[in-house]
Amino acid sequence: MNGFLVFALLFWLGAWGLNQWLVAQRPKDPTTRRAIGLAVPLIFGITLLVIWECVVRGFEIPSILLPAPSLIWARIVTSTHILWADFQQTFLKSVITGYVAGCGLGFLVAILIDRSPFLQKGLLPIGNFVSALPVVGIAPIMVMWFGFDWQSKVAVVVIMTFFPMLVNTVQGLASASHMERDLMHTYAASWWQTLVRLRLPAAWPFIFNALKINSTLALIGAIVAEFFGTPIVGMGFRISTEVGRSNVDMVWAEIAVAALAGSVFYGLVALAERRVTFWHPSVRGGRA
Amino acid sequence: MTSAPSAFRDRILPVLTVILAILVIWHVFVVYLNAPFVRDQAARANEEMTFAQVVERTFAQERPILPAPHQIVAELWDTTINKAVTSKRSLVYHAWITLSATLAGFAMGTVLGIVLAIAIVHNRAMDKSLMPWVIASQTIPILAIAPMIIVVLNSIGISGLMPKALISTYLSFFPIVVGMVKGLRSPDMLLLDLMHTYNASQSQTFWKLRWPASMPYLFTSLKVAIAISLVGAIVGELPTGAVAGLGARLLSGSYYGQTIQIWAALFMAAGLAALLVSIVGMAHTRVLARMGVKP
Repeated sequence: MNGFLVFALLFWLGAWGLNQWLVAQRPKDPTTRRAIGLAVPLIFGITLLVIWECVVRGFEIPSILLPAPSLIWARIVTSTHILWADFQQTFLKSVITGYVAGCGLGFLVAILIDRSPFLQKGLLPIGNFVSALPVVGIAPIMVMWFGFDWQSKVAVVVIMTFFPMLVNTVQGLASASHMERDLMHTYAASWWQTLVRLRLPAAWPFIFNALKINSTLALIGAIVAEFFGTPIVGMGFRISTEVGRSNVDMVWAEIAVAALAGSVFYGLVALAERRVTFWHPSVRGGRA
Repeated sequence: MTSAPSAFRDRILPVLTVILAILVIWHVFVVYLNAPFVRDQAARANEEMTFAQVVERTFAQERPILPAPHQIVAELWDTTINKAVTSKRSLVYHAWITLSATLAGFAMGTVLGIVLAIAIVHNRAMDKSLMPWVIASQTIPILAIAPMIIVVLNSIGISGLMPKALISTYLSFFPIVVGMVKGLRSPDMLLLDLMHTYNASQSQTFWKLRWPASMPYLFTSLKVAIAISLVGAIVGELPTGAVAGLGARLLSGSYYGQTIQIWAALFMAAGLAALLVSIVGMAHTRVLARMGVKP
């Protein structure tokens, strides 16, 4: 046993004990409670990083296999311009455009077919089926059709995000109860009024569910599509070439950026969900 | 006004109509996308072509932009039935390579997911500290770092099935954790209190109440998990120029412009996904029926 491993073990035990103690506390004050809620996962995350660093140093794992967090951080700091260019290409161009287009299209089609029960019955099973398929497989075809640049990645993202949105929106639009619809009917509300005032609000939780699923799907789709051909910029491109050149710390830097972007994106959608569906039981209970 | 529900009119007919519409649109696009190439060829050969001739040739191109359905079916037939299953040109062989990685990853992901869920449900500190990171772990695009995992594991001597299975595991454990945590927490407070009044131990409460109650949630998660296990296995084959598996077929088809090969591999993957999900679905109905749950 060398010093690093002993330290990792002690740190882990200490953090574990601290967390056990923290969750046992039941403070009355809501701010303290929230602080504990934030601190516990944070301590856990820091513990993971510390153990990682110590294991890499303790076992002297070569950095080509697994670089220590400190090395990765050093790489992030020194190559921000490359990371930023890749981020722009993959996230700002491909992911955001594709996400907006795919979700928007799924939403519009859902509203269009809402008036036809026949189409719903036909499209929903197929939509469910398609969302279970390995849609990333279409990436090579899209690259052939739309070229190597970001347009083909947008196409992949649109196809990946379309069906979850379609299926969820149709289900959400159907979720308003008969009583409420009858009430709108007795008010002589038109189809549009019923849609905007009753059925869309009732559908929001479902729509946000799709938006959350799609936020991670979009990133995955864009990055995987870059494996099939891309100009010399982009996160997927960087990951595959730097692996080939054995710059594993650069790959991990790219992963860190992707994870951060994905988490922030997800977080923003979840925040919007809290704002829009504040009345929903899962949000009111404080567990969104 | 409403007549008795019929499975044909309410379920099969709409789906068939939509599939038919997709096929019609597909053929229109085949003509539209492939026609420029056909016209080009005709112009080069100084041929005059009627529209019917153009259409006919768009359906029989060797490397079409969009292959016609019958070409894909022919390729599927050729590579599954006409080739020996051990041949490297057989799609069955490639599908089996992918399927074995999928199943291995799925099995490991299920075990890992269930173990994590049990820990999370029974320990408050685990719940508070682990759950946010389980969620955060999924924002890391594992598919994106799949190439690195494969290369790194390869350099320490692990290659073949295992790296792909690990990627599948990483993807499939998440829905199972989420579903199982919800399922293990689904028993009513009253039932938990009842177990308490019986002086049931924690393990008795678990095996007699929580575990049975979580089964519907588990199977729903399993359906999601097995589908994305397949995605993980396919993507795991993309890097390092793997030579076998459906992902390798996609990649080589993409390199050599073999569109029909890509589409055939895609349809094989789709069929595999449908088969796997329906097998889990059947197990679902079976188990729940044995447990006395009415559908």
